[in-house]
Amino acid sequence: MTTMARKRDYSLVGESTRRAIETGLASAEWYHTDVPRKAMKELMQRSDGPAIRDTIIWIAAILGSAAGIVWFWGTWWVVPFLFVYGVLYGSSSDSRWHECGHGTAFRTRWMNDVVYHIASFMLMRNPVQWRWSHARHHTDTIIVGRDAEIAVMRPPDLLKAGLAFTGILDFRYSLPTLVRQAFGKLSDDEKSYIPEMELNKAVVAARWHVAIYVATIALAIALRSWIPLVLVGLPRLYGTWHMVTTGLLQHIGLADNVVDHRLNTRTVYMNPISRFIYWNMNYHVEHHMFPMVPYHALPRLHELIKHDLPEPNLSMWHAYREVWPVLLRQLKYEDFYLKRELPPTARPYRGEFHEVDMSAAAE
Amino acid sequence: MADWIEACAVDDVEEEDVIRFDHDGRTFAIYRSPDDEFFATDGFCTHEKTHLADGLVMDDIIECPKHNGRFNYKTGQAKGAPVCVNLATYPVKVDAGKVMIQI
Repeated sequence: MTTMARKRDYSLVGESTRRAIETGLASAEWYHTDVPRKAMKELMQRSDGPAIRDTIIWIAAILGSAAGIVWFWGTWWVVPFLFVYGVLYGSSSDSRWHECGHGTAFRTRWMNDVVYHIASFMLMRNPVQWRWSHARHHTDTIIVGRDAEIAVMRPPDLLKAGLAFTGILDFRYSLPTLVRQAFGKLSDDEKSYIPEMELNKAVVAARWHVAIYVATIALAIALRSWIPLVLVGLPRLYGTWHMVTTGLLQHIGLADNVVDHRLNTRTVYMNPISRFIYWNMNYHVEHHMFPMVPYHALPRLHELIKHDLPEPNLSMWHAYREVWPVLLRQLKYEDFYLKRELPPTARPYRGEFHEVDMSAAAE
Repeated sequence: MADWIEACAVDDVEEEDVIRFDHDGRTFAIYRSPDDEFFATDGFCTHEKTHLADGLVMDDIIECPKHNGRFNYKTGQAKGAPVCVNLATYPVKVDAGKVMIQI
């Protein structure tokens, strides 16, 4: 079922899409570790407290580092402030976008919505389009032809993956996309996952974003200063590296076209600072299996189900060392992937969905 | 005339929780609200075919476990993306410790 003799077609309206629907990979039933309802109910419980605390810290750090940029502009002392501001704006906004998009960060809905829209703007993501693309990502995680959020396609383009750390490619894609959408043009791929009744909302959202960028550029011209652009928009370039460093590890080098998150998703232990920036999304298998569990409960969920999951990577460095040879192998044989071993306590993978002939990769 | 069907015992559903009830090839979700009232809706989310009984009940909201779509389970109203279509609801009564739904 998963063997792909033909090259992968990552369009969402192409041959791979047709095959995914035909073979039942699209909108399939996915594997879940058994968790007693009582325990799951406790883990799913929402609370405003942790996210309010983290958001106050986040906003205070953003404002503080922005003040440092303005104050020290024109001196070398500005560099550490750019470093901090860039990561807070260009990277940690991704996890805020993500958690608030799921509606799990805060218990109170409007708080999720406010942070979601702010973070979407920081990321140059259309909040309507990306809400739907992420829903699709959870329905059809790394199903070729269905998932709109596959970061590294096969065979991997290593130059493109490397440039992703600079934010250049994303910036080059995101801004023109917003402008195109602001003119009312949505692509066929976008229309494949955004319901018709939401298309106009996507256009309106894009117009708001573009209007703010136009106002920022006008302010920079009026002030004859780069500072407005350094604070709004450009952090998407110079601060995106942490988001890419953590985010690429979610699925890279692992299986595609399977219906078990243990095979296509990776959990990585990370340091506390990265976990704050990333809002615990390093527990990514757990998140995909149970997206109802808020970020602050993911470590508890991990402890509860780790007997059924592959051993997590011990660090980001450990994970990248594991991934690199897989990517090199995929350059020659794109069906190759890293099949992670399960502990003896785990329920086995379902072979009928996940067996891929690797003999050609071994040659 | 719709029939009243016994769905479960009152004690089968915890307060502020939901259980699944299958009948005649259909799936329903039976809710017990925080103020100890019972409600019933279709069992699958209207966005994708996911059992709402695996979701989370918060006040008068049921949140789908797959994409976090939210409905008011008392009225069936979809509360925003990614759910756009309302949920069908069914009359409920409690009779001698049994939760009955009219379908």
